[in-house]
Amino acid sequence: MSYNWNWGIFVSTTPTGDTTYLGWMLSGLQTTIALSLSAWIIALAIGSIMGVLRTVPSRWLSGIAAVYVEAFRNIPLLVQLFIWYFVLPELLPAALGNSFKQMNPTAQQFLSSMVCLGFFTGARVCEQVRAGINSLPPGQKNAGLALGFTLPQTYRHVLVPMAFRLIVPPLTSEFLNIFKNSAVCSTIGLLELAAQGRQLVDYTAQPYESFIAVTVMYVGINVIVMTLMRKVERRSRVPGYIGGK
Amino acid sequence: MHDFDWSSIPGALPFLWDGMKISLEITALAIVAGIVWGTLLALMRLSRFRALSWFAAGYVNLFRSVPLVMVLLWFFLIVPQLLEILLGLAPGTDARLPSAMVGFALFESAYYSEIIRAGIQSVPKGQIAAAHALGMSYGQAMRLVVLPQAFRNMVPLLLTQAIILFQDTSLVYVSALADFFGAAYKVGDRDGRLVELLLFAGAVYFVLCYSASLLARRYQKRAGA
Amino acid sequence: MISIRNVSKSYGSFRVLADCSTEVARSEVVVVCGPSGSGKSTLIKCVNGLEPFQRGEIVVNGISVGDPKTDLPGLRSHVGMVFQNFELFPHMTITENLTIAQVEVLGRSREEATERGMGLLDRVGLKAHAGKHPGQLSGGQQQRVAIARALAMDPICMLFDEPTSALDPEMINEVLDVMVELAQEGMTMMVVTHEMGFARKVAHRVIFMDHGRIVEDAKKEDFFGTPRSERAQQFLSKILHH
Repeated sequence: MSYNWNWGIFVSTTPTGDTTYLGWMLSGLQTTIALSLSAWIIALAIGSIMGVLRTVPSRWLSGIAAVYVEAFRNIPLLVQLFIWYFVLPELLPAALGNSFKQMNPTAQQFLSSMVCLGFFTGARVCEQVRAGINSLPPGQKNAGLALGFTLPQTYRHVLVPMAFRLIVPPLTSEFLNIFKNSAVCSTIGLLELAAQGRQLVDYTAQPYESFIAVTVMYVGINVIVMTLMRKVERRSRVPGYIGGK
Repeated sequence: MHDFDWSSIPGALPFLWDGMKISLEITALAIVAGIVWGTLLALMRLSRFRALSWFAAGYVNLFRSVPLVMVLLWFFLIVPQLLEILLGLAPGTDARLPSAMVGFALFESAYYSEIIRAGIQSVPKGQIAAAHALGMSYGQAMRLVVLPQAFRNMVPLLLTQAIILFQDTSLVYVSALADFFGAAYKVGDRDGRLVELLLFAGAVYFVLCYSASLLARRYQKRAGA
Repeated sequence: MISIRNVSKSYGSFRVLADCSTEVARSEVVVVCGPSGSGKSTLIKCVNGLEPFQRGEIVVNGISVGDPKTDLPGLRSHVGMVFQNFELFPHMTITENLTIAQVEVLGRSREEATERGMGLLDRVGLKAHAGKHPGQLSGGQQQRVAIARALAMDPICMLFDEPTSALDPEMINEVLDVMVELAQEGMTMMVVTHEMGFARKVAHRVIFMDHGRIVEDAKKEDFFGTPRSERAQQFLSKILHH
């Protein structure tokens, strides 16, 4: 196999003339990070609310949360993304749908991707939050109520803060997943890291260099997130609990 | 509001079924290869030989930190060239299906190996000691005592992973391979009925995956009881 | 102060409480005992509405617990409860455990709540541990903090649900000492416990439960002198010869 390696490709100027190929990669990296972080905020918010609802003593509310989880766990991420991007704007009231379609294409792609990843990951966060709350001794809820807390106050001050401390490790792997899953968004044309990698192959005909660069960047994201989350884990440890000191 | 028109689906069913067969083929092959190669990786990871355990750890960590989309793109790039060299296939031969299969198998085995490693570690150490005390070799102890117990504990997780894997096969879309989702997209695009076909595809995936997850849950309950 | 009238509760066809009635007067200390599964913990949890019941009525300080219109959080905020497993909040420091409900439920200022909490922590002899987390204290210390946490709410009465049964033997007395002191100050107390020494020392009345029924409800002297029911006699001799 004869292949001409050319790592210099990254510093040469792109056909658009305003940046280098490395510049393209970095802008893709930037999009990947912005997308993943904003989707993570949505996922944490929805996941926390739904996770709490799954444990409340109301069939109705816990049922809604269960339907949410099953729907978002049993349809492939790619199909969900296409439904958010291609289908939802058609089903919305005309005014709303049209205002979405009049946005610039990048904004449309980013918005759909962000909401899609947020809801998809939220279903997984929800299950972790539920497991965390259910793993607390039942007496904790009683102790909160016995002090005169209402049920929402008991959740806010007692159950949720403790549950979140317990589920930092599984949340870490969901946080890593959101970066990896964001690569799926290249399929609707969003120029994130994986898409820039493919674009580089098309423009430079140097596939190995391009893919190696992209892969290294994903591995780098992984390492950084893991290091950060290990710090979070250390800070959120509860003294006297397993893993605490 | 959108005017729904489902009429293009009935005629497209045979084409969609062909796509579903591809999805299922990839899934089945990746499960089998993933469990076999995953078990070997798990055993290597737990091995006393540093080199083996480092290789397995590196393999698993690398595959687990890269998006599946990227892995597939890699294999669509590499596999055809390898086939060209090894089997002397003419350049330009359509190698997308074998590429996808190899990619999925190697990618999923990283995930399976982590499940299997946890399963092996969940078997009490005393079991290996007991097997050795009966005169069994390491291989016999693993094959006859540890792995059967480990796999019984792991069945629900392996099934859950299989459901995720089946959903992941839709990502072969990046190579324009007509799996079930790819087929649905093509029909929708051709007939201008993308909305209907995407909703249909979503519904089919949901019914299949939800039923499978109910089965997994029932097995778990029965095994736990 | 607490009046329990004909209270019954069942899970499906299983009867947990059967027609239980009793009264606890102001400043009275009532000990509830009985074999495990007799319904004593369930009964005491009904008093502040942690366990719902199907029939009968419980009135605490003039407020009906079972009435759906009752503001249960409001009622609970001045009925103190101490649990078998302490149930301190593990993610908060001792100070936060003592102040959170004062601030969030009673609306006290943080300074006021801290002052009240520290005073009580000093009283149970644990002032030096204010900045620690519950997991860093022994069981006996945790239970004393839990008592202080309940007292910080200025309760009109206190409920104890087997407060010493999760403790190592050498820690039981430090907790009982706090409870005895509290009883001698005139606190209204309902105490589920097997500590008959505690009952002899400070209880006014002893209630014996079996199979969800109140089998015996007698003055302390009568209960320890001549228990009427055979079950109570058996129970006492088992505990004494333990």
